[in-house]
Amino acid sequence: MIEVRELRREFTLSTKVGRFRREKRTVLAVDAVSFDVAAGEAVGYVGPNGAGKSTTIKMLTGVLVPTSGHVRVSGVDPSRGRRELARRIGVVFGQRSQLWWDLPLRDSFDLLRAIYRVSRGDYEARLRECVELLDLGPFLDTPVRQLSLGQRMRGEVTAALLHGPELLVLDEPTIGLDLESKERLREFLADLNTQRGTTLLLTTHDLDDIERLCPRLVVIDRGTVLADGPLDELRAEVAPERVLVVDLEKPAEGLDDLPGVTATRTELNGLRHHLTFRRADTTAAALISAVAARAEVHDLVVVEPEIDDVVRRLYARR
Amino acid sequence: MAESVYVRIIGARLRGQMSYRTSFALQCLAQAVTQLGELLVILVLFNRVSALGGFSVNEVVLMYAIAGTAFGIADMVAGQLDQLPTYIRTGTFDVVLLRPLGTLAQMMTSDVQLRKIGRVGAGLATLVYAVNHNDIGWSPFTVLLVVAAPIGGAVIFGSIWIMANAICFWLVDGQELANTVTYGSSAFTSYPATVYGPWLRRFFAFVIPGAFVAYYPSLALLGRPDPLGGPALLGWISPLVAVVAAGVAGLVWRSAVRHYRGTGS
Repeated sequence: MIEVRELRREFTLSTKVGRFRREKRTVLAVDAVSFDVAAGEAVGYVGPNGAGKSTTIKMLTGVLVPTSGHVRVSGVDPSRGRRELARRIGVVFGQRSQLWWDLPLRDSFDLLRAIYRVSRGDYEARLRECVELLDLGPFLDTPVRQLSLGQRMRGEVTAALLHGPELLVLDEPTIGLDLESKERLREFLADLNTQRGTTLLLTTHDLDDIERLCPRLVVIDRGTVLADGPLDELRAEVAPERVLVVDLEKPAEGLDDLPGVTATRTELNGLRHHLTFRRADTTAAALISAVAARAEVHDLVVVEPEIDDVVRRLYARR
Repeated sequence: MAESVYVRIIGARLRGQMSYRTSFALQCLAQAVTQLGELLVILVLFNRVSALGGFSVNEVVLMYAIAGTAFGIADMVAGQLDQLPTYIRTGTFDVVLLRPLGTLAQMMTSDVQLRKIGRVGAGLATLVYAVNHNDIGWSPFTVLLVVAAPIGGAVIFGSIWIMANAICFWLVDGQELANTVTYGSSAFTSYPATVYGPWLRRFFAFVIPGAFVAYYPSLALLGRPDPLGGPALLGWISPLVAVVAAGVAGLVWRSAVRHYRGTGS
Protein backbone atom coordinates (compact mmCIF):
# COMPACT_ATOMS: atom_id res chain seq x y z
CA MET A 1 0.00 0.00 0.00
CA ILE A 2 2.85 2.35 0.91
CA GLU A 3 6.38 1.95 -0.39
CA VAL A 4 9.05 4.38 0.75
CA ARG A 5 12.72 4.06 -0.20
CA GLU A 6 15.57 6.36 0.80
CA LEU A 7 13.20 9.27 1.06
CA ARG A 8 14.90 12.61 1.60
CA ARG A 9 13.60 16.09 1.99
CA GLU A 10 15.65 19.24 2.40
CA PHE A 11 14.45 22.68 3.31
CA THR A 12 16.36 25.82 2.55
CA LEU A 13 16.08 28.33 5.32
CA SER A 14 17.32 31.82 4.80
CA THR A 15 18.16 33.80 7.88
CA LYS A 16 18.91 37.48 8.00
CA VAL A 17 22.54 38.28 8.64
CA GLY A 18 23.11 41.99 9.05
CA ARG A 19 20.94 44.49 7.25
CA PHE A 20 20.80 43.09 3.74
CA ARG A 21 22.76 39.90 3.66
CA ARG A 22 20.89 36.66 3.93
CA GLU A 23 22.48 33.38 4.72
CA LYS A 24 21.06 30.24 3.21
CA ARG A 25 21.13 27.10 5.24
CA THR A 26 19.99 23.66 4.17
CA VAL A 27 18.15 21.62 6.75
CA LEU A 28 17.54 17.92 6.29
CA ALA A 29 14.01 17.27 7.54
CA VAL A 30 13.76 13.69 6.33
CA ASP A 31 16.92 11.69 5.71
CA ALA A 32 16.92 8.33 3.94
CA VAL A 33 13.65 7.06 5.38
CA SER A 34 12.55 3.63 4.12
CA PHE A 35 9.53 1.57 5.14
CA ASP A 36 6.66 -0.39 3.68
CA VAL A 37 3.08 -0.66 4.78
CA ALA A 38 1.08 -3.63 3.55
CA ALA A 39 -2.63 -3.43 2.74
CA GLY A 40 -4.71 -3.85 5.88
CA GLU A 41 -1.96 -2.89 8.32
CA ALA A 42 -2.28 -0.23 11.01
CA VAL A 43 0.99 1.58 11.57
CA GLY A 44 1.86 4.26 14.07
CA TYR A 45 4.42 6.79 12.89
CA VAL A 46 5.81 8.41 16.01
CA GLY A 47 8.60 10.72 17.01
CA PRO A 48 9.20 13.94 18.93
CA ASN A 49 8.27 17.36 17.52
CA GLY A 50 10.39 18.27 14.54
CA ALA A 51 11.37 14.65 13.88
CA GLY A 52 10.08 14.81 10.30
CA LYS A 53 6.70 13.11 10.78
CA SER A 54 4.55 15.75 9.12
CA THR A 55 7.06 16.25 6.32
CA THR A 56 6.90 12.52 5.56
CA ILE A 57 3.09 12.55 5.65
CA LYS A 58 3.02 15.53 3.28
CA MET A 59 5.27 13.70 0.83
CA LEU A 60 3.11 10.58 1.03
CA THR A 61 -0.04 12.58 0.28
CA GLY A 62 1.40 14.64 -2.58
CA VAL A 63 1.43 18.00 -0.80
CA LEU A 64 5.23 18.19 -0.89
CA VAL A 65 7.59 16.88 -3.54
CA PRO A 66 10.55 14.86 -2.16
CA THR A 67 14.09 16.10 -2.69
CA SER A 68 15.03 12.55 -3.62
CA GLY A 69 13.93 8.99 -3.03
CA HIS A 70 11.13 6.75 -4.13
CA VAL A 71 7.51 6.89 -2.93
CA ARG A 72 4.52 4.86 -4.08
CA VAL A 73 1.19 5.12 -2.34
CA SER A 74 -1.59 2.92 -3.64
CA GLY A 75 0.56 2.40 -6.74
CA VAL A 76 0.69 6.14 -7.45
CA ASP A 77 3.67 8.49 -7.32
CA PRO A 78 2.21 11.20 -5.07
CA SER A 79 4.20 14.07 -6.52
CA ARG A 80 3.05 13.33 -10.08
CA GLY A 81 -0.40 11.87 -9.53
CA ARG A 82 -1.61 14.16 -6.76
CA ARG A 83 -5.20 14.28 -7.98
CA GLU A 84 -5.46 10.60 -8.74
CA LEU A 85 -4.03 9.74 -5.35
CA ALA A 86 -6.49 12.09 -3.68
CA ARG A 87 -9.34 9.92 -4.93
CA ARG A 88 -7.84 6.78 -3.45
CA ILE A 89 -6.77 7.85 0.00
CA GLY A 90 -8.34 9.74 2.86
CA VAL A 91 -6.38 12.26 4.90
CA VAL A 92 -7.22 13.77 8.27
CA PHE A 93 -5.08 16.58 9.59
CA GLY A 94 -5.92 17.09 13.25
CA GLN A 95 -5.19 20.79 13.12
CA ARG A 96 -6.47 21.62 9.64
CA SER A 97 -10.09 21.34 8.71
CA GLN A 98 -11.29 20.19 5.36
CA LEU A 99 -14.87 21.14 6.17
CA TRP A 100 -16.55 24.43 5.22
CA TRP A 101 -16.78 26.25 8.50
CA ASP A 102 -20.00 28.16 7.84
CA LEU A 103 -21.89 25.26 6.26
CA PRO A 104 -23.79 22.58 8.15
CA LEU A 105 -21.84 19.34 8.37
CA ARG A 106 -24.31 17.66 6.03
CA ASP A 107 -23.70 20.29 3.30
CA SER A 108 -19.93 19.88 3.64
CA PHE A 109 -20.35 16.15 3.11
CA ASP A 110 -22.58 16.75 0.12
CA LEU A 111 -19.96 19.01 -1.45
CA LEU A 112 -17.28 16.40 -0.87
CA ARG A 113 -19.51 13.86 -2.56
CA ALA A 114 -19.53 16.10 -5.65
CA ILE A 115 -15.79 16.79 -5.43
CA TYR A 116 -14.89 13.10 -5.18
CA ARG A 117 -17.65 12.07 -7.61
CA VAL A 118 -19.10 9.47 -5.28
CA SER A 119 -22.28 7.81 -6.49
CA ARG A 120 -25.38 8.71 -4.50
CA GLY A 121 -25.86 5.12 -3.31
CA ASP A 122 -22.29 4.61 -2.04
CA TYR A 123 -22.34 8.01 -0.42
CA GLU A 124 -25.53 7.39 1.48
CA ALA A 125 -24.45 3.97 2.66
CA ARG A 126 -21.09 5.27 3.94
CA LEU A 127 -22.62 8.35 5.51
CA ARG A 128 -25.31 6.31 7.26
CA GLU A 129 -22.67 4.03 8.71
CA CYS A 130 -20.51 6.90 9.97
CA VAL A 131 -23.49 8.75 11.39
CA GLU A 132 -24.44 5.65 13.34
CA LEU A 133 -20.98 4.63 14.56
CA LEU A 134 -19.70 8.12 15.32
CA ASP A 135 -23.07 9.38 16.55
CA LEU A 136 -23.16 12.37 14.21
CA GLY A 137 -26.95 12.56 14.16
CA PRO A 138 -27.41 15.29 16.78
CA PHE A 139 -25.19 17.82 15.00
CA LEU A 140 -25.45 16.88 11.33
CA ASP A 141 -27.33 20.11 10.58
CA THR A 142 -25.15 22.38 12.73
CA PRO A 143 -22.71 24.74 11.01
CA VAL A 144 -19.16 23.45 11.45
CA ARG A 145 -18.03 26.59 13.26
CA GLN A 146 -20.44 25.80 16.11
CA LEU A 147 -19.18 22.25 16.65
CA SER A 148 -17.02 21.24 19.58
CA LEU A 149 -13.57 19.93 18.73
CA GLY A 150 -14.64 16.36 19.40
CA GLN A 151 -17.70 16.70 17.15
CA ARG A 152 -15.64 18.36 14.44
CA MET A 153 -13.01 15.60 14.47
CA ARG A 154 -15.72 12.99 14.04
CA GLY A 155 -16.93 15.08 11.10
CA GLU A 156 -13.38 15.28 9.68
CA VAL A 157 -12.93 11.52 9.84
CA THR A 158 -16.29 10.99 8.13
CA ALA A 159 -15.31 13.54 5.46
CA ALA A 160 -12.14 11.57 4.74
CA LEU A 161 -14.05 8.30 4.37
CA LEU A 162 -16.95 9.31 2.11
CA HIS A 163 -15.11 8.31 -1.07
CA GLY A 164 -14.26 4.89 0.38
CA PRO A 165 -10.44 5.21 0.54
CA GLU A 166 -8.29 2.09 0.87
CA LEU A 167 -5.78 4.02 2.99
CA LEU A 168 -6.53 6.51 5.73
CA VAL A 169 -3.70 8.80 6.81
CA LEU A 170 -4.24 10.61 10.10
CA ASP A 171 -1.95 13.35 11.38
CA GLU A 172 -2.54 13.71 15.12
CA PRO A 173 -6.21 12.79 15.00
CA THR A 174 -6.78 12.82 18.76
CA ILE A 175 -4.94 16.04 19.59
CA GLY A 176 -6.90 18.17 22.04
CA LEU A 177 -9.77 15.73 22.42
CA ASP A 178 -11.23 14.77 25.78
CA LEU A 179 -10.95 11.18 26.97
CA GLU A 180 -14.40 10.12 25.87
CA SER A 181 -14.03 11.57 22.35
CA LYS A 182 -10.61 9.96 22.03
CA GLU A 183 -11.96 6.61 23.05
CA ARG A 184 -14.89 6.78 20.66
CA LEU A 185 -12.62 7.74 17.78
CA ARG A 186 -10.13 4.98 18.56
CA GLU A 187 -12.86 2.40 18.69
CA PHE A 188 -14.17 3.55 15.34
CA LEU A 189 -10.72 3.50 13.73
CA ALA A 190 -9.92 0.08 15.18
CA ASP A 191 -13.13 -1.30 13.65
CA LEU A 192 -12.41 0.40 10.36
CA ASN A 193 -9.05 -1.37 10.25
CA THR A 194 -10.10 -4.81 11.45
CA GLN A 195 -13.61 -5.06 9.97
CA ARG A 196 -13.18 -3.04 6.80
CA GLY A 197 -9.54 -3.77 6.13
CA THR A 198 -8.80 -0.06 5.61
CA THR A 199 -5.06 0.53 5.98
CA LEU A 200 -4.20 3.08 8.65
CA LEU A 201 -1.12 5.26 9.01
CA LEU A 202 -1.23 7.66 11.89
CA THR A 203 1.10 10.07 13.62
CA THR A 204 0.43 10.89 17.21
CA HIS A 205 1.92 12.08 20.46
CA ASP A 206 -0.66 10.17 22.42
CA LEU A 207 0.84 6.76 22.82
CA ASP A 208 -2.46 5.32 23.96
CA ASP A 209 -3.54 5.74 20.35
CA ILE A 210 -0.73 3.40 19.33
CA GLU A 211 -1.47 0.94 22.08
CA ARG A 212 -5.09 0.73 20.98
CA LEU A 213 -4.74 0.93 17.22
CA CYS A 214 -1.35 0.03 15.89
CA PRO A 215 0.27 -3.39 16.18
CA ARG A 216 3.27 -1.89 14.42
CA LEU A 217 5.32 1.17 15.19
CA VAL A 218 7.75 3.17 13.08
CA VAL A 219 9.80 5.47 15.30
CA ILE A 220 11.53 8.42 13.69
CA ASP A 221 13.82 11.06 15.12
CA ARG A 222 15.85 13.78 13.40
CA GLY A 223 14.70 12.58 10.03
CA THR A 224 15.79 8.96 10.30
CA VAL A 225 14.00 5.76 11.30
CA LEU A 226 15.13 4.62 14.74
CA ALA A 227 13.06 1.50 14.99
CA ASP A 228 10.39 -0.35 13.06
CA GLY A 229 8.52 -3.34 14.36
CA PRO A 230 5.71 -4.72 16.46
CA LEU A 231 5.10 -2.76 19.63
CA ASP A 232 5.62 -5.87 21.79
CA GLU A 233 9.01 -6.61 20.28
CA LEU A 234 10.22 -3.05 20.64
CA ARG A 235 9.10 -3.09 24.21
CA ALA A 236 10.86 -6.40 24.93
CA GLU A 237 14.00 -5.10 23.28
CA VAL A 238 14.45 -1.75 24.96
CA ALA A 239 12.30 -2.10 28.06
CA PRO A 240 12.37 -5.74 29.11
CA GLU A 241 11.25 -5.12 32.68
CA ARG A 242 7.75 -5.73 33.90
CA VAL A 243 6.42 -5.00 37.35
CA LEU A 244 4.24 -7.28 39.47
CA VAL A 245 2.21 -5.26 41.94
CA VAL A 246 0.79 -7.37 44.79
CA ASP A 247 -1.55 -6.29 47.57
CA LEU A 248 -1.22 -8.55 50.60
CA GLU A 249 -3.81 -9.36 53.28
CA LYS A 250 -1.28 -8.58 56.02
CA PRO A 251 1.88 -6.46 55.89
CA ALA A 252 4.93 -8.54 55.13
CA GLU A 253 8.65 -8.01 54.70
CA GLY A 254 11.33 -9.67 52.65
CA LEU A 255 9.87 -10.31 49.23
CA ASP A 256 13.01 -8.97 47.58
CA ASP A 257 14.95 -12.21 47.54
CA LEU A 258 12.45 -13.98 45.27
CA PRO A 259 14.11 -15.55 42.21
CA GLY A 260 14.19 -13.27 39.17
CA VAL A 261 13.27 -10.07 41.00
CA THR A 262 15.65 -7.21 40.18
CA ALA A 263 14.16 -4.39 42.27
CA THR A 264 11.43 -3.91 44.86
CA ARG A 265 9.48 -1.04 46.33
CA THR A 266 7.05 -1.19 49.23
CA GLU A 267 3.98 0.96 49.84
CA LEU A 268 1.13 1.18 52.38
CA ASN A 269 3.30 -0.02 55.29
CA GLY A 270 4.24 -3.25 53.59
CA LEU A 271 0.77 -4.03 52.23
CA ARG A 272 1.64 -3.27 48.59
CA HIS A 273 4.81 -4.51 46.89
CA HIS A 274 6.16 -3.55 43.46
CA LEU A 275 8.38 -6.36 42.20
CA THR A 276 10.38 -5.63 39.03
CA PHE A 277 11.42 -8.64 36.97
CA ARG A 278 12.73 -9.44 33.51
CA ARG A 279 10.85 -11.55 31.04
CA ALA A 280 14.02 -13.50 30.31
CA ASP A 281 14.57 -14.45 33.97
CA THR A 282 11.16 -15.57 35.13
CA THR A 283 7.49 -15.59 34.20
CA ALA A 284 4.71 -13.72 35.92
CA ALA A 285 3.07 -17.04 36.86
CA ALA A 286 6.22 -18.38 38.56
CA LEU A 287 6.65 -15.16 40.49
CA ILE A 288 3.01 -15.09 41.59
CA SER A 289 3.21 -18.60 43.02
CA ALA A 290 6.49 -17.70 44.77
CA VAL A 291 4.79 -14.71 46.41
CA ALA A 292 1.71 -16.75 47.32
CA ALA A 293 3.95 -19.30 49.07
CA ARG A 294 5.20 -16.58 51.43
CA ALA A 295 2.14 -14.42 52.08
CA GLU A 296 -1.61 -14.29 51.56
CA VAL A 297 -2.29 -12.36 48.33
CA HIS A 298 -5.35 -10.08 48.23
CA ASP A 299 -4.97 -8.68 44.70
CA LEU A 300 -2.34 -8.38 41.97
CA VAL A 301 -1.63 -6.77 38.63
CA VAL A 302 1.21 -7.05 36.09
CA VAL A 303 2.28 -3.67 34.70
CA GLU A 304 3.91 -3.45 31.27
CA PRO A 305 6.32 -0.58 30.66
CA GLU A 306 4.61 2.62 29.55
CA ILE A 307 4.84 3.10 25.86
CA ASP A 308 6.37 6.56 26.19
CA ASP A 309 9.05 4.84 28.23
CA VAL A 310 9.74 2.57 25.28
CA VAL A 311 10.00 5.47 22.89
CA ARG A 312 12.13 7.50 25.28
CA ARG A 313 14.58 4.65 25.59
CA LEU A 314 14.72 4.30 21.85
CA TYR A 315 15.67 7.96 21.56
CA ALA A 316 18.24 7.58 24.31
CA ARG A 317 19.81 4.59 22.59
CA ARG A 318 21.16 6.54 19.63
CA MET B 1 -19.18 16.76 -14.73
CA ALA B 2 -16.13 18.52 -13.41
CA GLU B 3 -17.75 21.92 -13.98
CA SER B 4 -20.83 20.94 -12.06
CA VAL B 5 -18.60 20.42 -9.01
CA TYR B 6 -17.63 24.08 -9.07
CA VAL B 7 -21.22 25.15 -9.70
CA ARG B 8 -22.17 23.23 -6.57
CA ILE B 9 -19.33 24.67 -4.53
CA ILE B 10 -20.27 28.20 -5.59
CA GLY B 11 -23.94 27.44 -4.94
CA ALA B 12 -23.19 26.30 -1.42
CA ARG B 13 -21.05 29.38 -0.74
CA LEU B 14 -23.82 31.66 -1.99
CA ARG B 15 -26.44 29.95 0.15
CA GLY B 16 -24.23 30.65 3.14
CA GLN B 17 -23.96 34.34 2.24
CA MET B 18 -27.65 34.74 1.46
CA SER B 19 -28.70 33.37 4.82
CA TYR B 20 -28.47 36.88 6.29
CA ARG B 21 -30.63 38.73 3.80
CA THR B 22 -30.60 42.25 5.22
CA SER B 23 -26.88 42.21 5.78
CA PHE B 24 -26.39 40.87 2.27
CA ALA B 25 -28.55 43.62 0.73
CA LEU B 26 -26.67 46.30 2.67
CA GLN B 27 -23.32 44.94 1.55
CA CYS B 28 -24.48 44.98 -2.08
CA LEU B 29 -25.56 48.57 -1.62
CA ALA B 30 -22.22 49.50 -0.07
CA GLN B 31 -20.40 48.03 -3.05
CA ALA B 32 -22.58 50.00 -5.46
CA VAL B 33 -22.03 53.22 -3.47
CA THR B 34 -18.25 52.70 -3.58
CA GLN B 35 -18.39 52.32 -7.31
CA LEU B 36 -20.62 55.39 -7.80
CA GLY B 37 -18.48 57.40 -5.37
CA GLU B 38 -15.54 57.03 -7.70
CA LEU B 39 -17.74 58.23 -10.53
CA LEU B 40 -18.59 61.30 -8.49
CA VAL B 41 -14.88 62.13 -8.24
CA ILE B 42 -14.67 62.17 -12.03
CA LEU B 43 -17.73 64.42 -12.31
CA VAL B 44 -16.37 66.84 -9.71
CA LEU B 45 -13.10 66.93 -11.59
CA PHE B 46 -14.91 67.89 -14.78
CA ASN B 47 -16.51 70.82 -12.95
CA ARG B 48 -13.06 72.36 -13.00
CA VAL B 49 -11.76 71.18 -16.36
CA SER B 50 -13.54 70.63 -19.64
CA ALA B 51 -11.37 67.79 -20.86
CA LEU B 52 -9.13 65.20 -19.27
CA GLY B 53 -6.20 64.00 -21.33
CA GLY B 54 -8.08 65.15 -24.41
CA PHE B 55 -11.33 63.36 -23.56
CA SER B 56 -14.74 64.80 -22.71
CA VAL B 57 -16.66 63.92 -19.56
CA ASN B 58 -18.89 61.39 -21.27
CA GLU B 59 -15.94 59.69 -22.90
CA VAL B 60 -14.14 59.36 -19.60
CA VAL B 61 -17.33 58.02 -18.01
CA LEU B 62 -17.46 55.36 -20.73
CA MET B 63 -13.93 54.22 -19.89
CA TYR B 64 -14.72 54.32 -16.23
CA ALA B 65 -17.88 52.25 -16.76
CA ILE B 66 -16.11 49.50 -18.71
CA ALA B 67 -13.25 49.40 -16.21
CA GLY B 68 -15.60 49.43 -13.21
CA THR B 69 -17.79 46.62 -14.54
CA ALA B 70 -14.74 44.54 -15.45
CA PHE B 71 -13.18 45.13 -12.06
CA GLY B 72 -16.42 44.22 -10.31
CA ILE B 73 -16.73 40.91 -12.16
CA ALA B 74 -13.06 40.07 -11.58
CA ASP B 75 -13.32 41.00 -7.92
CA MET B 76 -16.33 38.72 -7.54
CA VAL B 77 -14.63 35.76 -9.20
CA ALA B 78 -10.97 36.14 -8.25
CA GLY B 79 -11.13 38.53 -5.31
CA GLN B 80 -10.81 35.77 -2.74
CA LEU B 81 -7.28 35.07 -3.96
CA ASP B 82 -6.54 37.79 -1.40
CA GLN B 83 -6.94 34.99 1.12
CA LEU B 84 -3.96 33.14 -0.30
CA PRO B 85 -1.39 34.40 2.24
CA THR B 86 -3.69 33.23 5.04
CA TYR B 87 -4.14 29.89 3.30
CA ILE B 88 -0.39 29.49 3.02
CA ARG B 89 0.40 30.65 6.54
CA THR B 90 -2.19 28.49 8.27
CA GLY B 91 -1.53 25.45 6.11
CA THR B 92 -5.04 25.46 4.63
CA PHE B 93 -3.42 25.37 1.21
CA ASP B 94 -2.30 21.83 2.04
CA VAL B 95 -5.97 20.86 2.25
CA VAL B 96 -6.47 22.39 -1.21
CA LEU B 97 -3.68 20.13 -2.46
CA LEU B 98 -5.34 17.09 -0.88
CA ARG B 99 -8.44 17.36 -3.05
CA PRO B 100 -8.74 15.81 -6.49
CA LEU B 101 -9.33 19.21 -8.15
CA GLY B 102 -7.17 21.96 -9.61
CA THR B 103 -5.74 24.37 -7.05
CA LEU B 104 -6.59 27.60 -8.86
CA ALA B 105 -10.20 26.63 -9.50
CA GLN B 106 -10.56 25.64 -5.85
CA MET B 107 -9.12 28.95 -4.65
CA MET B 108 -11.37 30.98 -6.95
CA THR B 109 -14.52 29.13 -5.95
CA SER B 110 -13.61 28.95 -2.27
CA ASP B 111 -15.47 32.10 -1.36
CA VAL B 112 -17.23 33.84 -4.24
CA GLN B 113 -18.44 37.19 -2.92
CA LEU B 114 -21.87 37.71 -4.39
CA ARG B 115 -22.21 41.09 -2.65
CA LYS B 116 -19.79 42.45 -5.24
CA ILE B 117 -22.68 42.15 -7.67
CA GLY B 118 -23.55 45.61 -6.31
CA ARG B 119 -20.41 47.00 -7.88
CA VAL B 120 -21.08 45.19 -11.14
CA GLY B 121 -24.64 46.52 -11.18
CA ALA B 122 -23.49 50.10 -10.64
CA GLY B 123 -20.86 49.63 -13.34
CA LEU B 124 -23.42 48.31 -15.81
CA ALA B 125 -25.83 51.17 -15.08
CA THR B 126 -23.02 53.65 -15.72
CA LEU B 127 -22.17 51.79 -18.92
CA VAL B 128 -25.75 52.04 -20.19
CA TYR B 129 -25.69 55.77 -19.45
CA ALA B 130 -22.29 56.26 -21.11
CA VAL B 131 -23.24 54.31 -24.22
CA ASN B 132 -26.33 56.51 -24.66
CA HIS B 133 -24.46 59.75 -24.15
CA ASN B 134 -21.58 59.13 -26.49
CA ASP B 135 -21.53 59.23 -30.25
CA ILE B 136 -20.99 55.59 -31.07
CA GLY B 137 -21.25 54.36 -34.63
CA TRP B 138 -23.45 51.31 -34.07
CA SER B 139 -22.66 48.20 -36.02
CA PRO B 140 -22.64 44.50 -35.15
CA PHE B 141 -18.95 44.92 -34.27
CA THR B 142 -19.43 47.78 -31.84
CA VAL B 143 -22.36 45.98 -30.19
CA LEU B 144 -20.14 42.94 -29.78
CA LEU B 145 -17.34 45.07 -28.39
CA VAL B 146 -19.60 46.75 -25.80
CA VAL B 147 -20.42 43.28 -24.48
CA ALA B 148 -16.95 41.81 -24.90
CA ALA B 149 -14.98 44.69 -23.41
CA PRO B 150 -16.19 44.33 -19.78
CA ILE B 151 -15.85 40.54 -19.95
CA GLY B 152 -12.41 40.64 -21.56
CA GLY B 153 -11.47 43.33 -19.06
CA ALA B 154 -12.61 41.08 -16.23
CA VAL B 155 -10.40 38.29 -17.58
CA ILE B 156 -7.46 40.69 -17.78
CA PHE B 157 -8.06 41.92 -14.23
CA GLY B 158 -8.48 38.33 -13.04
CA SER B 159 -5.21 37.34 -14.68
CA ILE B 160 -3.43 40.28 -13.10
CA TRP B 161 -4.93 39.23 -9.79
CA ILE B 162 -3.74 35.65 -10.15
CA MET B 163 -0.22 36.63 -11.13
CA ALA B 164 0.09 39.27 -8.44
CA ASN B 165 -1.14 36.95 -5.71
CA ALA B 166 1.05 34.10 -6.91
CA ILE B 167 3.91 36.26 -5.58
CA CYS B 168 2.78 35.19 -2.12
CA PHE B 169 4.11 31.69 -2.80
CA TRP B 170 7.60 33.16 -2.95
CA LEU B 171 7.29 36.08 -0.56
CA VAL B 172 5.46 35.61 2.68
CA ASP B 173 4.52 39.30 2.85
CA GLY B 174 3.85 39.63 -0.86
CA GLN B 175 0.31 40.86 -0.20
CA GLU B 176 1.26 44.56 -0.17
CA LEU B 177 3.00 44.21 -3.50
CA ALA B 178 0.07 42.25 -4.92
CA ASN B 179 -2.41 44.92 -3.80
CA THR B 180 -0.34 47.66 -5.40
CA VAL B 181 -0.62 45.88 -8.72
CA THR B 182 -4.28 44.84 -8.48
CA TYR B 183 -5.82 47.99 -7.07
CA GLY B 184 -3.24 50.15 -8.82
CA SER B 185 -4.22 48.72 -12.19
CA SER B 186 -7.87 49.30 -11.33
CA ALA B 187 -7.20 52.98 -10.64
CA PHE B 188 -5.17 53.25 -13.82
CA THR B 189 -7.80 51.81 -16.10
CA SER B 190 -10.52 54.14 -14.91
CA TYR B 191 -8.92 57.17 -16.58
CA PRO B 192 -7.70 57.76 -20.12
CA ALA B 193 -4.14 56.52 -20.53
CA THR B 194 -3.21 59.97 -21.87
CA VAL B 195 -3.30 61.54 -18.41
CA TYR B 196 -0.31 59.48 -17.24
CA GLY B 197 3.39 59.99 -17.88
CA PRO B 198 4.97 57.87 -20.61
CA TRP B 199 6.71 55.33 -18.35
CA LEU B 200 3.75 54.61 -16.14
CA ARG B 201 1.63 54.44 -19.27
CA ARG B 202 3.84 51.90 -20.97
CA PHE B 203 4.09 49.81 -17.83
CA PHE B 204 0.34 49.63 -17.25
CA ALA B 205 -0.52 49.40 -20.93
CA PHE B 206 1.76 46.60 -22.01
CA VAL B 207 3.56 44.96 -19.09
CA ILE B 208 0.34 44.75 -17.14
CA PRO B 209 -2.16 45.03 -19.97
CA GLY B 210 -4.45 47.47 -18.14
CA ALA B 211 -4.94 49.78 -21.10
CA PHE B 212 -6.68 46.95 -22.91
CA VAL B 213 -9.39 46.82 -20.25
CA ALA B 214 -11.07 50.12 -21.07
CA TYR B 215 -8.85 52.63 -22.84
CA TYR B 216 -8.35 50.93 -26.22
CA PRO B 217 -11.85 49.40 -26.44
CA SER B 218 -13.35 52.82 -25.66
CA LEU B 219 -11.33 54.41 -28.45
CA ALA B 220 -12.63 51.76 -30.82
CA LEU B 221 -16.22 52.32 -29.70
CA LEU B 222 -15.89 56.09 -30.06
CA GLY B 223 -14.18 55.71 -33.42
CA ARG B 224 -11.37 57.94 -32.24
CA PRO B 225 -7.73 57.53 -33.18
CA ASP B 226 -5.35 56.98 -30.30
CA PRO B 227 -3.89 60.36 -29.31
CA LEU B 228 -0.76 58.42 -28.42
CA GLY B 229 -0.45 57.11 -31.94
CA GLY B 230 -1.36 53.48 -31.33
CA PRO B 231 -3.02 51.63 -34.23
CA ALA B 232 -6.84 51.47 -34.25
CA LEU B 233 -6.57 47.70 -34.15
CA LEU B 234 -5.61 47.76 -30.45
CA GLY B 235 -9.19 48.36 -29.38
CA TRP B 236 -10.50 45.32 -31.20
CA ILE B 237 -7.91 42.84 -30.07
CA SER B 238 -8.50 43.34 -26.36
CA PRO B 239 -10.43 40.03 -26.05
CA LEU B 240 -7.40 38.36 -27.58
CA VAL B 241 -5.15 40.10 -25.06
CA ALA B 242 -7.45 38.74 -22.36
CA VAL B 243 -6.98 35.18 -23.61
CA VAL B 244 -3.20 35.59 -23.68
CA ALA B 245 -3.19 37.14 -20.20
CA ALA B 246 -5.24 34.24 -18.86
CA GLY B 247 -2.81 31.75 -20.41
CA VAL B 248 0.19 33.50 -18.90
CA ALA B 249 -1.57 33.71 -15.53
CA GLY B 250 -2.23 29.96 -15.66
CA LEU B 251 1.44 29.25 -16.29
CA VAL B 252 2.56 31.58 -13.51
CA TRP B 253 0.14 29.92 -11.10
CA ARG B 254 1.38 26.47 -12.05
CA SER B 255 4.99 27.30 -11.44
CA ALA B 256 4.03 29.03 -8.19
CA VAL B 257 2.29 25.90 -6.91
CA ARG B 258 5.23 23.79 -8.05
CA HIS B 259 7.48 26.09 -6.08
CA TYR B 260 5.27 25.70 -3.01
CA ARG B 261 5.30 21.92 -3.21
CA GLY B 262 9.03 22.05 -3.76
CA THR B 263 9.76 24.23 -0.76
CA GLY B 264 6.77 23.90 1.50
CA SER B 265 7.52 27.30 2.94
